Amino acid sequence: MKRAFAALCGALVLGGAGAAFASGGADLRLEPALVNRLDDASLQRGARTFVNYCLNCHSAKYMRYNRLTDIGIDLPMIQDNLIFTGRFDSKSPNFDWLPTKVGDTMNIAMQPADAKEWMKVTPPDLTVEARVRGADWLYNYFLGFYKDDASGSGWNNLVFQNVVMPHVLWQSGGVNRLVSTEYEDHEKAQAAAIAMHGLVLLAPGKDDRYVVESLVQETPGTLSPAEYKQMVSDLVNFLDYMAEPARNARIRLGLMVLLYLGVLFVFAYWLKHEYWKDIH
Amino acid sequence: MEKILNWIDARFPLTALWESQWGKYVAPKNFNFWYYFGSLAAFVLVIQIVTGIFLTMNYKPDAAKAFESVEYIMRDVSWGWLIRYMHSTGASMFFVVVYLHMFRGLMYGSYRKPRELTWIFGCLIYLCLMGEAFFGYLLPWGQMSYWGAQVIVNLFSAIPVIGEDLSIWIRGDYTISDITLNRFFAFHVIAMPLVLIGIVMAHLMALHETGSNNPDGIEIKQQPKDPATGLPLDGIYSHPYYTVKDLVGVIVFLAVFSIIVFFVPDMGGYFLEANNFIPADSLKTPEHIAPVWYFTPFYAMLRAVPSFLGTQVWGVIVMGIAVVILFFLPWLDRSPVKSIRYRGGLYKGWLAAFVVAFLILGYLGVVPVTVWGQFPESWPVLGAADRATVVSRVLTIVYFLFFLLMPWYTAIDRTKPVPERVT
Repeated sequence: MKRAFAALCGALVLGGAGAAFASGGADLRLEPALVNRLDDASLQRGARTFVNYCLNCHSAKYMRYNRLTDIGIDLPMIQDNLIFTGRFDSKSPNFDWLPTKVGDTMNIAMQPADAKEWMKVTPPDLTVEARVRGADWLYNYFLGFYKDDASGSGWNNLVFQNVVMPHVLWQSGGVNRLVSTEYEDHEKAQAAAIAMHGLVLLAPGKDDRYVVESLVQETPGTLSPAEYKQMVSDLVNFLDYMAEPARNARIRLGLMVLLYLGVLFVFAYWLKHEYWKDIH
Repeated sequence: MEKILNWIDARFPLTALWESQWGKYVAPKNFNFWYYFGSLAAFVLVIQIVTGIFLTMNYKPDAAKAFESVEYIMRDVSWGWLIRYMHSTGASMFFVVVYLHMFRGLMYGSYRKPRELTWIFGCLIYLCLMGEAFFGYLLPWGQMSYWGAQVIVNLFSAIPVIGEDLSIWIRGDYTISDITLNRFFAFHVIAMPLVLIGIVMAHLMALHETGSNNPDGIEIKQQPKDPATGLPLDGIYSHPYYTVKDLVGVIVFLAVFSIIVFFVPDMGGYFLEANNFIPADSLKTPEHIAPVWYFTPFYAMLRAVPSFLGTQVWGVIVMGIAVVILFFLPWLDRSPVKSIRYRGGLYKGWLAAFVVAFLILGYLGVVPVTVWGQFPESWPVLGAADRATVVSRVLTIVYFLFFLLMPWYTAIDRTKPVPERVT
């Protein structure tokens, strides 16, 4: 155990060094995500993208379908348009198909162990992913895919290097290519990076040189770049909502609570003032 | 009503208890801003107990279900998100008010004779609170819960000879596991709160026996009595005066508390860490493990102490002594005056250095040791060392010198005369 502790401390120090390299040495500039927690139409479009594209490999096992009434979708519409999963009833002689109920959570058929065997990693559950990564990171992640023949899936990502997940939205977003330019010092690389728009990665390269990496579209998708960004914004907006469905209610209640405390303060302060008159 | 009260008083000292502990408790009339934090600490304790009870109704202390049950509370339990955010915010705010309360004690010499036991009970509360927070932090069963507990329990394995067995005994397993979660749950919801409430009562009883100190450090009990009221000249009844004053304090505190709970429950990752929304995974060590902010000054000390004679135990010892040394404060201070108002520049300077050291250590405990880079390799002695580590070492020494040199600098400090009456 003593050795384990020493190793852990070592890992801590090395881990720290690794983190510093990632944030200090390599510098990733993210585009701010354009999300609006009050925009129900955007959240609904995001929900549609989510169940169509994500909810096959990824589950959202703490999120109930009927919670989507929060964002203005009624129960029959959820049942008919957003639920694609179910199971065969092993108790009935005909193995009847039982669709997932509207009060169930967003589970998937794939078992984690199978996923691990097929894809080397189990795709993480996405219920609270937005609280882990943040909206900006997720937004840029969906914009950060590019074609990379050297990788297993044929895809790579500027935000998440060597990610196993392929570019699921490529038909809509098109195919990006990585553009990598070398600069002899950090200053020049930084100037070039600042001059660029959108997602940019500045990283130390070989022989004390610096590399600036960005993406250009090679093949357009079915959506224009602006439309694709809207699609991704909607999806990220939905992921952000799903990570904490109570958020809008929380903020609304908070304003009322503060208003109440403000009124209470006036009375309490007046009470204190009256009593303390005879002390001073 | 009168009759009922008489009936009870004949059988149980209800009125006597109320009067000795609050109703007729005579307190100095010059309490300032810093005197709100005692009642606020008691208030947060109540918040934690009440919200804790409701959380327990829905939480499952089971490694396979714990993370899920927290999300269940956040989503499916009516007002569950509010109860949980109040509890998580309350944990951090408990330390905020306790640290401010302790700082008040340092400023006005509240630990000095005759209040040594009040101070010692207070230190015990602080120790207990650290245990309570540590056990509770494992319960959400996220990555930070898991690895934070792993690092802290492994500290015990640094103790020579018995260390390894001791850490296995604490965990009940070779790694943090379901068994550990179950026992930490037991400690968090019953063992520690029980002890905590007991010591809090002792803390209050000791205080109400000696009477409160005040910003001038004057003993009001030694003052002549006002012939009209029979109270010391600068004394007033806690009730109603401090009842209504503390009520204002509670409302202002609740406003700050509500702003956090309703608008920024994560507090930018300081109250709820992003990594703790990933379920615990014993096979994946996070890149950067740091304890929650209220432990980080001590964590920075732990990291700052180098290992020698082939063992890491020194850092653990330093961290332990850093807390234990607080208990000896009443006997380290040899100043003729209590309050900072009548002390000289030496004490003021050392107290300021102590606070600055504590805050910077707190910051350094949050970030990786490489945060400020390294000293140039060409430098003698310091060459290539992490700047943050060197700074942590210096500040750890400052922290200890505040205590160890106290008998000297308080004795020679130039003090001002203390007035007869409070100002």
